[in-house]
Amino acid sequence: MRANFKLLQTSTFRLAALYLVLFAISVGALLAYVYWNTAVLLERQTDETIRAEVQGLADFYRLRGLPGILYTIQRRSSAETGSIYLLTDSTKKRVAGNLDSFPAEAATEEDWIEFPIVVRRGDTPERHVARAYHANLTGGYELVVGRDVEALRQFAAIIRRTLFWALAIAMVLGLGGGLLMSRNFLRRVDAITAASRSIMGGNMADRMPVSGTNDELDRLALALNAMLDQIGRLMAGLQEVSSNVAHDLKTPLTRVKARVEGALRSGLKKEYRAALEKTVEESDRLLQTFNALLSIARAEAGQSRSALEAVDARTILADVAELYEPMAEEQGGRLRIDAPEELPVLADRQLLAQAINNLIDNALKYGAKSGEAPEIAVSGKAVDNKVIISVADHGDGIPEAERARVIERFVRLDQSRTRPGNGLGLSLVAGVMKLHGGELTLEDNHPGLQAKLILPLHRSGS
Amino acid sequence: MQPNAQTHVDLSEAETIRRPMRVLIIEDDREAATWLIKGLAESGHVADHAGDGEEGLGLALEGRHDALIVDRMLPKLDGLDIIRKIRDAGVKTPVLILSALADVDERVKGLRAGGDDYLGKPYSFSELLARVEGLGRRKADQPQATKLRAADLEIDLLTRNVTRMGRPILLQPREFKLLEYLVRNAGHIVTRTMLLENVWDYHFDPQTNVIDVHMSRLRSKIDKGFDEPILQTVRGAGYMIRAS
Repeated sequence: MRANFKLLQTSTFRLAALYLVLFAISVGALLAYVYWNTAVLLERQTDETIRAEVQGLADFYRLRGLPGILYTIQRRSSAETGSIYLLTDSTKKRVAGNLDSFPAEAATEEDWIEFPIVVRRGDTPERHVARAYHANLTGGYELVVGRDVEALRQFAAIIRRTLFWALAIAMVLGLGGGLLMSRNFLRRVDAITAASRSIMGGNMADRMPVSGTNDELDRLALALNAMLDQIGRLMAGLQEVSSNVAHDLKTPLTRVKARVEGALRSGLKKEYRAALEKTVEESDRLLQTFNALLSIARAEAGQSRSALEAVDARTILADVAELYEPMAEEQGGRLRIDAPEELPVLADRQLLAQAINNLIDNALKYGAKSGEAPEIAVSGKAVDNKVIISVADHGDGIPEAERARVIERFVRLDQSRTRPGNGLGLSLVAGVMKLHGGELTLEDNHPGLQAKLILPLHRSGS
Repeated sequence: MQPNAQTHVDLSEAETIRRPMRVLIIEDDREAATWLIKGLAESGHVADHAGDGEEGLGLALEGRHDALIVDRMLPKLDGLDIIRKIRDAGVKTPVLILSALADVDERVKGLRAGGDDYLGKPYSFSELLARVEGLGRRKADQPQATKLRAADLEIDLLTRNVTRMGRPILLQPREFKLLEYLVRNAGHIVTRTMLLENVWDYHFDPQTNVIDVHMSRLRSKIDKGFDEPILQTVRGAGYMIRAS
């Protein structure tokens, strides 16, 4: 019972019902047209024939007198055409024609009359309906001309019956189809609801059922599944990040603990001091890691998208390059910058500067083969609708297979972890690019690495 | 003149100008406040403490402090509301905002409310001290001056000429800005973060100590060929230009 109520509430059912009504109206109109063009038209034609015959006989009577009309009626009555004729005198006695007696239905005025007649077909008498016109002639004579309209009436009845049943069948089929359709739809909606409940219940691997017809429900299910896949990936990433965070925080904390315990055991003031200084140093590094993680999370969540403003990336690029230039020279290398044109972008100045900062910082740390001086090329150009900022070095580069991985949090190719860094630099760059609707790509610089920031070009007023 | 001035000194040896300040700390974390009061006292300053927003507002409105240290999240009255209220009342005491909400957006909010500086938690005490002392000086600043002096170094802000003992020193534009900031704070320690914020306008941590390289370049230009180094590295704190 409940299922039926639910069915009545579905939009599909309502739609089906509406279609059904429209369908019934059009079928009805079509059938009415057919009825009009057959039964009604035939009856009208019969009436016109009778009227013409009455007119003709009356003319005969007027022109040729009684013998003329008698002759014609006798001749026409003898033919088995289903035509009915009767001529009576003023006492209503039959003078000529194939009708036995004057029909009781006829009034004194001229008019259409319908009356039953008995027709002999072989041995069995049949009651038929006759339709006739009753006219008064001069001299008290009365003329009745008609037709046996039984066949016509039966035909009309058949048509009416056909129309009724056709309509009834159309209604039943429409209703049944509508119910079936909405029940099918409902079943699939229920399946999707059940799948969502199951996923909410913790079965994260469950997916929405797809029927394969590529209809609206399928498209909805596919979109939901794509969303679930994305959520799944994010969750897996989050889990990995949490375990990496735990690992990367545990290591320095373990070091701190060991050093402090060692100092306490020694009981020496000098050891105390050294341990405390190291503790401050390690805490600073831990805080740096936390801050970097928070910055990435903020950039990825896209919270500060409202803070984006129109800036010239060339200025930011030049500023950061200038900040690092002395450092490159200190290491005996060079940092060249090539950004001849304006680079209009919509950006958060601090975050974009930090992203470029991280790329140059990486290039200085890893951008030279051991024993060589860093050669870093920083460039910015506008191509089509993009602003491309590139930081290229001549170091060992990143193997193609590892390029996607190094963007993840805490991933460092330097497995020994002897060089400084927390494995968050590129993650932050990627997060910042995401916030800006841009992307970070890593390419081979033959030799070395070329990191590119690709940002949408911002035309003022657009 | 300082005989035997060194390029690298410990915090305790740094010849900073001591101008005792009266500081009001509005902070609900009692332990953090205690450490702050102790640290400020050791540095020669006097600190008052308010444990909640309303008490803090009352004390701040008296206007007898040289600087305020205000935590953002406080019981009874929010830190930013305190700042708005005292500014509305015409109190111009410089304010350092302390907050765990340290990203750029929050910082902008704090400065818009009327704060003068913003420091994210956790902070190092030397950073906080340098900033609070910096706020105390801001009051006494003379922005009309076109010439700045520190010991035997002179900067002409109009012609952008730098001379030491009358000898001209050629500087790049960024080096000039760096030196100008240091000389404006002569006799006081400036931290690396303060330099990044004020000279480069960067509110993030560049991971590597790029500042140190810039400072060693600046040092080679202003100290090379002179007996007494004027630019000092204060270990564990930052840098300082000697005032005399």
